[in-house]
Amino acid sequence: MSSLAAERRLEGHAETLPTSGSDDASVRLLGTCKRFGAVTALEDATISVRRGELMSLLGPSGCGKTTLLNLVAGFLAADSGQIEIDGERVNDIPTYKREIGMMFQNYALFPHMSIAENVGYGLRMRGIAKPDLKRRVAEALALVRLTGVEDRRPHQLSGGQQQRVALARALVISPRVLLLDEPFSALDRNLRASMQIEIKEIQRQLGVTTIFVTHDQGEALSLSDRIAVMFEGRIRQVGTPDEIYRRPADRFVASFVGDVNVLRARLDSVDGGLAAVTLGRARISVSREPLTRVRPGDRVDLFVRPEQVRFAQAGEPIAVEGTVAAHIYQGDHVNLYVDAPEVCASRLLVRSLEPDAITRWPIGARVGVSIVGTGAIAFEAEPDQRGGEPRSG
Amino acid sequence: MVGTLAVLAILGFVILPAVVVTLAAFNDKAILAFPPETWSWRWFATALAYDDFRSGCVNGLIVAGWASSIALLVGTAFAFALDRYAFPLKRTIEAVLLSSLVVPHFTIGLGFLILAAQIGWARGFAVVVACHVVLVLPFVLRSVYVSLRNLDQRLELAAASLGASPARVLGTVTLPLLVPGLVGGWLLAAILSFNEFTASLFVTAQRTQTLPVAMYNYVREYADPSMAALSVMYILATATLLTVANAYLGLGKVLNVEPRR
Repeated sequence: MSSLAAERRLEGHAETLPTSGSDDASVRLLGTCKRFGAVTALEDATISVRRGELMSLLGPSGCGKTTLLNLVAGFLAADSGQIEIDGERVNDIPTYKREIGMMFQNYALFPHMSIAENVGYGLRMRGIAKPDLKRRVAEALALVRLTGVEDRRPHQLSGGQQQRVALARALVISPRVLLLDEPFSALDRNLRASMQIEIKEIQRQLGVTTIFVTHDQGEALSLSDRIAVMFEGRIRQVGTPDEIYRRPADRFVASFVGDVNVLRARLDSVDGGLAAVTLGRARISVSREPLTRVRPGDRVDLFVRPEQVRFAQAGEPIAVEGTVAAHIYQGDHVNLYVDAPEVCASRLLVRSLEPDAITRWPIGARVGVSIVGTGAIAFEAEPDQRGGEPRSG
Repeated sequence: MVGTLAVLAILGFVILPAVVVTLAAFNDKAILAFPPETWSWRWFATALAYDDFRSGCVNGLIVAGWASSIALLVGTAFAFALDRYAFPLKRTIEAVLLSSLVVPHFTIGLGFLILAAQIGWARGFAVVVACHVVLVLPFVLRSVYVSLRNLDQRLELAAASLGASPARVLGTVTLPLLVPGLVGGWLLAAILSFNEFTASLFVTAQRTQTLPVAMYNYVREYADPSMAALSVMYILATATLLTVANAYLGLGKVLNVEPRR
């Protein structure tokens, strides 16, 4: 790769560009498309993964995230557009020459080989001499904190151990990019949390560029340096977890990442970059950017996170009035669901840290809810959009 | 209670022929009778010493070995093609390959006899082997095909991602994982071929007659327990073979009756 420092960052441009663009891009897709028959799995994908960063591809099933991963791995061929690894166009380079490490959802450990043979496979394919190979296998297994199992077979290990083997096998070849396909979905909840922390630590320690496919927004938020949110074959937004959560680019991103209440409000006035929205007796200030086509007086959908609403205290303007419909006790907090059919198509989710929330706001109680802080976002109303049930993280 | 009895009755019925023949083999008298009144091992010695049985056994092994090996090569190639690629007339080709399951064995035997007589091969092993290849091919094809279906293709993708070229993926991952299916298919084909009678009756000559044909010729003239003794030895040999295969590969995998992980 050449280090043309003067070259501008080309991220975000869709047209095909000469290779060796941005000097810190490890993996780049430029206008990449992939169709399966009449179905477009990936539409005009342009994304740049920086060297050493952990980028999540987040979206519901069928959004194209796995297709994108398979294109980078070379398991699929792009119909159009360009794929680069370390500034080199790899569209026509087969998987086995791409120098990638891949960890599969089911780990895909070779059942007929011992653990040491599994981990050493990539080194054998590269003709590494035996003493060197043995040392590097031992190092890789030590890195994932798994020793003493070299002679066992994959089926003799637990799910978590198998995952460590799969990770060691992918990392031992020092890949240019590590690809993880839903790596935690087969693990139970407790193990998942500890493996997430461990993989993140190893990734940071080695500084290996990583692309991580997941449908779990919590996982993406907690592990990623940046997230690409995908839906229906398109990349909808690329940003840090905080940007994705607090400044979603569109309705889909806002409702897919994190819990959110969608409330029917009205645009009141516009002032420069800000807009004022009225909801009940409250006036809420939001960014005007997503509302360029909306005029004062029009209906808008106000997206409010559960931590941005609370039961109104004395003197606070009440935005929504409703009836407590359900409690979900979560230990450190309680999720209260409020029926307010004229404002919210589904139930309004209020998260309370009060230990006595359940007795203070029993089911059937009439409550007033206020909006706190400045985090709310308004999008153009969708006539038939019934803003889905708030999902509990 | 009734269910248990029914199951036992069915199980008994299934093994009844083998039990009857085994007991008949030990009859001291030169008749095929059940149950025997006096007991002896002498028919085992007679069977082992009879020249037609000895040559029939050797011929059968030659034919079974060649036919199942050729069928394995051909069947594996076609199984790969059917599993991995889309091509025109795929279903038709599959149907032709499996057709010997529906065409009667005597038809296949007769057909090969007519053909072999035309080109003057009627007295050789080639026609017997060719005939048996056609007969056992469907079984090999099915066995390998099922193994290929059960093979997780992500293992091959994983190998490729680790730097293995397609040839090395085949050699280090695909074929080693198919070994149970290949061995199972070969074994099944060899047992079927060694056992085959109907088509063999048409295509074998005195010099090439296989064991079942030799047994048929024997039983037309004699009806002593040496036939039964031969059967017992046959059952023992097959059982030993399958036990060994089971110990090394797992019978479930060999016969493809249990899903692989």
